Amino acid sequence: MNATRNDRSIAGDATHADDYAAVVARLVEDMGGEQTVLLPMLHALQEEFGYIDDLMVPAVASALNLSRADVHGVVTFYHDFRRRPLGRHRVRLCRAESCQARGAAAVERTATERLGLRMGETSPDGRVTLDAVYCLGLCATGPNAMIDDVPVSRIDPATLDRLLGDLMR
Amino acid sequence: MTRVYVSQDMAAVALGADAVAEALANAGADVVRTGSRGLFRLEPLVEVEMPEGRVGFGPVAAADAALVLDGSHPARLGDVAAVPFFARQQRFTFVRCGVIDPLSLDDYEAHGGWRGLAAARAMPPQAAIDAVKASGLRGRGGAGFPTGIKWQTVHDAPGSTKYVVCNADEGDSGTFADRLLMEGDPFCLIEGMAIAGHAVGAERGYIYIRSEYPFAIRTMREAIARAASIVAPFVLEVRVGAGAYVCGEETAMLDSIEGKRGEVRAKPPLPAIAGLFGRPTVINNVLSLAAVPFILSKGGEAYAAIGFGRSRGTMPVQLAGNVRNGGLFETGFGITLGELVMDIGGGTESGRPVKAVQVGGPLGAYFPPSMFDLPFDYEAFAAAGGLIGHAGITVFDDTVDMAHMARFAMEFCAHESCGKCTPCRIGSTRGVELIDRLIAGEDRAADAVERLPQMRNIARGTRPAEEEIELLRDLCDTMKFGSLCALGGFTPYPVLSALDHFPQDFGAAAAPISSAAAE
Ligand SMILES: Cc1cc2nc3c(=O)[nH]c(=O)nc-3n(C[C@H](O)[C@H](O)[C@H](O)COP(=O)(O)O)c2cc1C
Ligand code: SF4
Ligand code: FES
Repeated sequence: MNATRNDRSIAGDATHADDYAAVVARLVEDMGGEQTVLLPMLHALQEEFGYIDDLMVPAVASALNLSRADVHGVVTFYHDFRRRPLGRHRVRLCRAESCQARGAAAVERTATERLGLRMGETSPDGRVTLDAVYCLGLCATGPNAMIDDVPVSRIDPATLDRLLGDLMR
Repeated sequence: MTRVYVSQDMAAVALGADAVAEALANAGADVVRTGSRGLFRLEPLVEVEMPEGRVGFGPVAAADAALVLDGSHPARLGDVAAVPFFARQQRFTFVRCGVIDPLSLDDYEAHGGWRGLAAARAMPPQAAIDAVKASGLRGRGGAGFPTGIKWQTVHDAPGSTKYVVCNADEGDSGTFADRLLMEGDPFCLIEGMAIAGHAVGAERGYIYIRSEYPFAIRTMREAIARAASIVAPFVLEVRVGAGAYVCGEETAMLDSIEGKRGEVRAKPPLPAIAGLFGRPTVINNVLSLAAVPFILSKGGEAYAAIGFGRSRGTMPVQLAGNVRNGGLFETGFGITLGELVMDIGGGTESGRPVKAVQVGGPLGAYFPPSMFDLPFDYEAFAAAGGLIGHAGITVFDDTVDMAHMARFAMEFCAHESCGKCTPCRIGSTRGVELIDRLIAGEDRAADAVERLPQMRNIARGTRPAEEEIELLRDLCDTMKFGSLCALGGFTPYPVLSALDHFPQDFGAAAAPISSAAAE
């Protein structure tokens, strides 16, 4: 989705401070500058840049009249906000009880072995991130995954192997 | 052109409904996308408009489009509403789900929509509150607090600015009813919120939806835009969560909407008195609010006419996990757990014996089949050491290791703790370690600190499993009574129920202690 932005960031290009300030200013025009828009704003920034760069924190803080500590505290509280870019693809495997009851552990094992990654890691080539998710609300047809933006139910190690193969091509 | 109905519910899409819909469109059908009827074994389900009415086929693969359209597909179900899983239900809240185009205002109106709002607006706010009180409706988010009384408190609270917040965080594993409703009948939730707004004097509402539900977010936003002029001057906005389970707790949710860390607030003050931005606020679960249009259009008594004891009306029960007929089963309270799991659910999908069911999500207790005669009722479940919660039932077969599930409950609590209180923040991590040692079957030797000469009041010897289990119970006690909210306070339910009902999974040491501690 944000492949080009991500690629740039992975390449170590960290001179985005002006970029960020401009985008934050645009968002404030849209959303207003009250503290209540902090989560929507962070979601929008992450949507646009792929992650919440530490350099965004001062820009957001001054736009919403908050301290940097306030913004940093929020960014680090919520599991969704990442401070590093994702891989180009993201595989999220459900780890919650109902999927466990249907064999999620075996699927997770296949994924970690096949990708050589632990949960939460991104492959060194930036191709794929493997993540856990705790319930997608598809609990009668697990094990479930989100592969990029596509939900997939009834995964077994064989289908997962095929899906991962598609991503790696 | 033949009209066909295919679900675009996230669960149906995860099972391939988009490809089926595309194949049908390519074959010349007029495809209407609906929500899901709620029996996932049948998805992707296709219903074809035929002279005798809507005829269902399911599950259907994309390659089967032609067979479906000429009516010869072997998975022909006939009238889907007559399939026993649906025929046995009593749908008050989910009548339209899976039947209509979720975003069609015409469909909604033709199927009874907006009548509750019209009725409410024709009466003074107090009369609308009285109708909800008469229905006996209790909060469907978990705690079961009477909705009418909550609304009364907000109504009576001084102040001209009030809010309605819909809790659509649905973080519990084994639950998906909120999602189904938001994707399949979003106007119903909007109508319920507008009625709440009228009743308590609020002109603004927020729907806080978890980020794991992208389909529901999209559908709700579009529905809000389409219904804006109908519910005006009431204004609605979707807020998207950010992956924190604890934000389902109502005060953490308020902080999250305000733009803060989702930390639980101490009560009092109740949100009904000082909630969002310090104003009187109704916070209700999706299912509580979505039950309201029925109550206002048909009358509180019609809703209260079915049910069990003090649990009135219907509950959208969700059958999940290793179960054959997984899905949404809306029914009056009082049905037994065994009927739900065995008769309606059909037992496990794996075909193996049921070993345990967890009711009410990650904070709910595990029950063995020997307790299947429990009636589905708030009080009966509380008396049995559990809770109904959001009415998700997760079924496990005999391959599950209950010590592992107890460990998972502690691990989940540690992962999701907001960090405000010690028993939850630290206790959950100590709980994981304790259960790990029990699983490993290793006696725990005293550590370096415990061996220090100044540590006088401490056991220095090796701690055998019996003592570890006693310590685990003690820890659960501390979490239960020392936590500010139900995340830390209820995590002991799955842990202790696993230990009490399945001691064999915790090693030989568990059995005698559990009977001694039970008295
Ligand atoms: C950790 C935790 C998570 C919760 N998650 C939810 C949830 O996802 N959805 C919900 O409606 N209520 C949830 N609740 C319950 C809410 O705090 C609150 O009781 C509920 O939203 C009130 O609405 P109701 O009266 O309509 O049930 C949760 C509570 C706790 C302690
Ligand atoms: S019990 Fe846990 S989640 Fe609840 S307030 Fe305390 S630390 Fe936060
Ligand atoms: S537990 Fe995996 S989708 Fe709900």
